[in-house]
Amino acid sequence: MKNVQDKKRANKSLPFFFRDEFKVFFIIILVSIFLLISTFSFDKVPPILNRGIQPATFPKGLLVLIIILTSFIYFLSFKNPWKKEKKLPKTFFLTILSFIIFIIISKTLDFFLAIAVLSVFVSYNWGERRIFYLLLVSIIFPFVVFVFFEMILGLRFPPGIITNLYYY
Amino acid sequence: MMAPMFSSKLLLVLLFGTLFGLILGVLPGLGPTTGGALILPFTMTLDPLSAVVLLTSIYCAGTYGGAITAVLINTPGTPAAAATCLDGYPLAQKGEAGRALGMATVSSTVGGIFSVIILVFFAPILANLAYEFGQPEYFALAIFGLTMLASIGEGSPIKNLIAGAFGILISTIGKDFMTSIDRFTYGINELSVGIGFIPVVVGLFAISEMLTQSTLLDQVFKRVALKAVKLPSKDDYKKTWKTILRSSGIGSFIGVLPAEGGTVASLIGYSEAKRFSKNPEEFGKGSIEGIAGAEAANNAATGGAMVPTLALGIPGSATTAVILTGLIIHGVRPGPDLFREQPEFLYGIFGAMLIANILFFIFGFFGAKIFARITLVPNKILWPMIFAVSVCGTYSLSQSIIDVWIMLFFGVLGFFMRRYGFSVVPVIIGLILGELVEGTLRQSLVIFDGNWLMFLTRPIALTFFILSLIALAFPLIRSKKDKKL
Repeated sequence: MKNVQDKKRANKSLPFFFRDEFKVFFIIILVSIFLLISTFSFDKVPPILNRGIQPATFPKGLLVLIIILTSFIYFLSFKNPWKKEKKLPKTFFLTILSFIIFIIISKTLDFFLAIAVLSVFVSYNWGERRIFYLLLVSIIFPFVVFVFFEMILGLRFPPGIITNLYYY
Repeated sequence: MMAPMFSSKLLLVLLFGTLFGLILGVLPGLGPTTGGALILPFTMTLDPLSAVVLLTSIYCAGTYGGAITAVLINTPGTPAAAATCLDGYPLAQKGEAGRALGMATVSSTVGGIFSVIILVFFAPILANLAYEFGQPEYFALAIFGLTMLASIGEGSPIKNLIAGAFGILISTIGKDFMTSIDRFTYGINELSVGIGFIPVVVGLFAISEMLTQSTLLDQVFKRVALKAVKLPSKDDYKKTWKTILRSSGIGSFIGVLPAEGGTVASLIGYSEAKRFSKNPEEFGKGSIEGIAGAEAANNAATGGAMVPTLALGIPGSATTAVILTGLIIHGVRPGPDLFREQPEFLYGIFGAMLIANILFFIFGFFGAKIFARITLVPNKILWPMIFAVSVCGTYSLSQSIIDVWIMLFFGVLGFFMRRYGFSVVPVIIGLILGELVEGTLRQSLVIFDGNWLMFLTRPIALTFFILSLIALAFPLIRSKKDKKL
């Protein structure tokens, strides 16, 4: 309990734009406003064909609701500040980086190569050093998954430098 | 009723589902929801009944499996087992892990079977009532479901409402189903068909959990040794039978309400067990009643949550949302018509849930020691493997790489949502209810000629709106009451 109060105090001592509640509020409001503006560019049903409400009305209503509720939790946080979250460790950012690498490789080279690279990257950065286990997660297991999906479920994976070796 | 269950294929599916569910339940971070989402693409090779039997057996066994980890390593395998840690682990530390697991197994089985009986009796009654429902009533019911989720779900009700509204917003992406006008597609053709359920659910549960695990690598679990699971003694039964029955009732009731099912049920079951106990001071120090109260309630919520899912097509929990998706993918639309047209299909589901509860009782007793060993698989090996299955499973549904990227996006989003106290469950329920909410609203307005006030002239709809207002006011009343205390 004391720990939570300390964290809350630590968060309250920061300038408002560094506080978690402001960051969350700012991002949600920014995205919601962007989406709300984009609803004005949706096509409209001509009045003669229109039955009920326009296609943009429902999402507009939802976005307004989200904006109101987000503002409400932000104002509530003045009275009851959120606790300050721990700093994210390096392994978190490396895992995010592995997702970006996965997207690049899967788009340009090969889907399974991307899975293998991500697996070995994550496993190594999370502390695995044993070669057998690195091979297990990066080659053996993805191969088993590939065979299972391909042969049992009859799935065709996107072409790529490794997948093509199997298909052609 | 049991006729469809006699097929050997179905029994095999049940056996596999129960084992798989137990493994998922045991592994912290996974669970029946994520596991159900991961297995959903595989169910495409099965007939509809086998697919749903597989998903429901995972649901029942996975909910119980969380107790094994809760007792042995003080980490709930599933959120629903969080209350089990409070007394399960202290009892295990006293050298009575077998007794703790034995009580968890018995009370989970009783709770589970009790809830299946509730399901068999109440789902048809609710389905019959739903015959009276038109579009305005369904709209009001969906709104009631979402407000209940906000008010009795975990965490801040306002944050839950935002998450639920966000889930509904996601469902509006793509071509408008009434006019075929593009919404939020920004010229990307792949978005015209909307965002699939699987990429969102796998992202929000599996990938966000992978990111959470990446922040917890320094965490070391202290594991308590387990020699064998013991049946509770006569004294234990004398002490706990009332608690088990009470929690089974609580769990079934909470399960019926659209909320986070087992998690809320186990917390209420636990606190009620403490309130009625002759020895409340033992709670938190290894009380056998505490284990019974939490475990009977969370397993009873499984059958309860299936009641609105099957009778109305409104999911009672996150896992039943996955089951509902499984039904829809296989062309089965839950609701009153299902009860009239395909009763044998429903009997198959009821029977499967009953057998799954018996199977996990057997596996729990004889295999808990083995399942406990699964917790020894290090995260640095387990999660890259889960990633590979998540990616292939997500890709397999529509064979689109965009779906995989959407999954990763929702994974990152889900991580930050959880970090800042937003539950991801309302997003899933909102997404699945989105089309129903918007469709029934718009069709109602067509019926009412655009007059919103006409909703108030429909008694059933009006009742649901009043209940929604009460549900929204409930957290305010509760917090004021807590402050007074």
